[in-house]
Amino acid sequence: MTTTTNPDLASESAAPVRGQRWLVSLRALLRNPAHTAGLIIFILFLLIAIFGPMLAPYGVNEQIVEDARQAPSAAHWFGTDRLGRDVFSRVLLGARDIFSLAGLGTLVAVLVGTSLGLLSGYRGGLFDELLMRFFDSLLSLPALLLALLLLGTLGPSRQSVLLVIIVVYIPIVARVVRSVVLSVKTRGYIEAARVQGESSARILFREILPAVLPALAVEAALRFSYAIFLASSLGFLGVGVQPPSPDWGLMVKEARDNVSQTPWALWFPAGAISILVIAVNLLADGLKTLFRVED
Amino acid sequence: MARYILRRLAFLALTLVLTSLLIFVITQLLPGDVCRVILGREVGEAASQACRAELRLDDPALVRYGDWLSGFLRGDMGLSYSTDAEIGPLVAERLGNSLMLAGFTLAIAVPLATGLGALAALNEGKWLDNLISVFSLAVVGLPEFVTGIVLIELLAFRVGLPANSSIRPGTGFFEALPSLILPALTATLVLLAYIARLTRAGVLEELKQPYVRTAALKGLPRWVVILRHVLRNALAPTITVVAISFGWLISGLVVIENVFNYPGLGRLMVFAISRRDLPLLQGVAMVTVLAFALANLGADLLYAALNPRIRVGE
Repeated sequence: MTTTTNPDLASESAAPVRGQRWLVSLRALLRNPAHTAGLIIFILFLLIAIFGPMLAPYGVNEQIVEDARQAPSAAHWFGTDRLGRDVFSRVLLGARDIFSLAGLGTLVAVLVGTSLGLLSGYRGGLFDELLMRFFDSLLSLPALLLALLLLGTLGPSRQSVLLVIIVVYIPIVARVVRSVVLSVKTRGYIEAARVQGESSARILFREILPAVLPALAVEAALRFSYAIFLASSLGFLGVGVQPPSPDWGLMVKEARDNVSQTPWALWFPAGAISILVIAVNLLADGLKTLFRVED
Repeated sequence: MARYILRRLAFLALTLVLTSLLIFVITQLLPGDVCRVILGREVGEAASQACRAELRLDDPALVRYGDWLSGFLRGDMGLSYSTDAEIGPLVAERLGNSLMLAGFTLAIAVPLATGLGALAALNEGKWLDNLISVFSLAVVGLPEFVTGIVLIELLAFRVGLPANSSIRPGTGFFEALPSLILPALTATLVLLAYIARLTRAGVLEELKQPYVRTAALKGLPRWVVILRHVLRNALAPTITVVAISFGWLISGLVVIENVFNYPGLGRLMVFAISRRDLPLLQGVAMVTVLAFALANLGADLLYAALNPRIRVGE
């Protein structure tokens, strides 16, 4: 019924019924209320990220000076901050900010990490050995420490944060992919493909990649949630995205100095980060159960 | 056991050489002239020359790495670029503060988390188990700075704990204790879910072992089976978990120290970044990695002491 990580089954049933299979998977995911909630909230935030600029009543840095420090009201749903900026608009537009930053970073890390993991696991030998030792030494540093070292060198900026996310997560993705490759490489159907004279590229992408996909989907969701976490933590520390960008972590940092006067300017972005991260975690948990991926 | 310890020590030395190289390489990655970036574009040729001389940029990178590493091993980390103060004593003082906070956090978090994890496992599938797992999942998703600020709003003013933990240098543990409580509580929440979940898995695994059934059939009371046999066997993997979570704790503490203005290594690191003080950044990073590696070593040795299969095997 649902997709299994058994690669023999996965590759056999792959092509003809793909659309149907996704529908079955989706239905299985929706059976758990927590996973459903995660999916719905994630889609909601995604829609906000796409349509935010159309929905936002004010501009990101539009200052309505006479409305500064206002509590939430009909005119300003989430109130206004010290500078008279509409918090609701900034939280909406911050969604696009974090999705483009964490999303793009995760995407690149997953693409590069998957390629390296596939190649390293399939080829083996010296290339595999050297690459894995290099990744091990990168991973021996706690993630935030590595991120801060890179930021200290590159200087705080949006591009730096993007690069940091990519560099920190490539080794993790590559290791996950490599371990799956190693476990399926010796299976009969790969051997059969090789004997049939299929090219390495074809074996990698048509035979091995489908077996990697379940674990990769879970890993990508987890990486995305950590990337949001990392980007907003760096924003909060003041070493990530710089003002006046509507980064949620940065908004929390800026609102902290005035928390007694404008608590709403702190709680709404803080709530947005928390809800999004928890939703993506639930989604990752759902994918894990769905695809029966082991930790 | 002696051979095992020696091998682990050699491994530690190798790891440290590799990570020190990595730290050095990363901080040299900057394209172009470091001094132009630190000082800004408009600075004159003389100031730029002085900066290059001070950072010894005209020497080969390998020579600078060698000098830096040998200096570090002798406890001399050079001068901070932004304050001209000696890095060594500053880092040592901040390290003491961070270790105080980390130790206090572990003292709260480990018994609490393993207790909750074991409790969840023993009540598998019942409401208590569900409550603990839902709570864990929710807390895991919250960034440390959100948890910290929530705790400040909830507790600081009502209970009378300081929201600002900027203790003076040389403050003793008991004097600093009120300032430690909120940061440690925040860090505990970060670790709690993680340790509890893995302890739960460990205890569940042990409960399935045949010896548990044997002990029960032999007529031992359930609490004796659990306390004497199950928990004792489930403890060994938990130690590894605590060691792994030490890495999380380091990352978490960087943010938490900044939420509470606590003068630890994490705050010093953010300071170094905002001032583009690369020598200071290198020193802080190296000391953090050293602490991390030693914690892992300690956990490995403790694990081996508890589990003969590790030290004898291989």
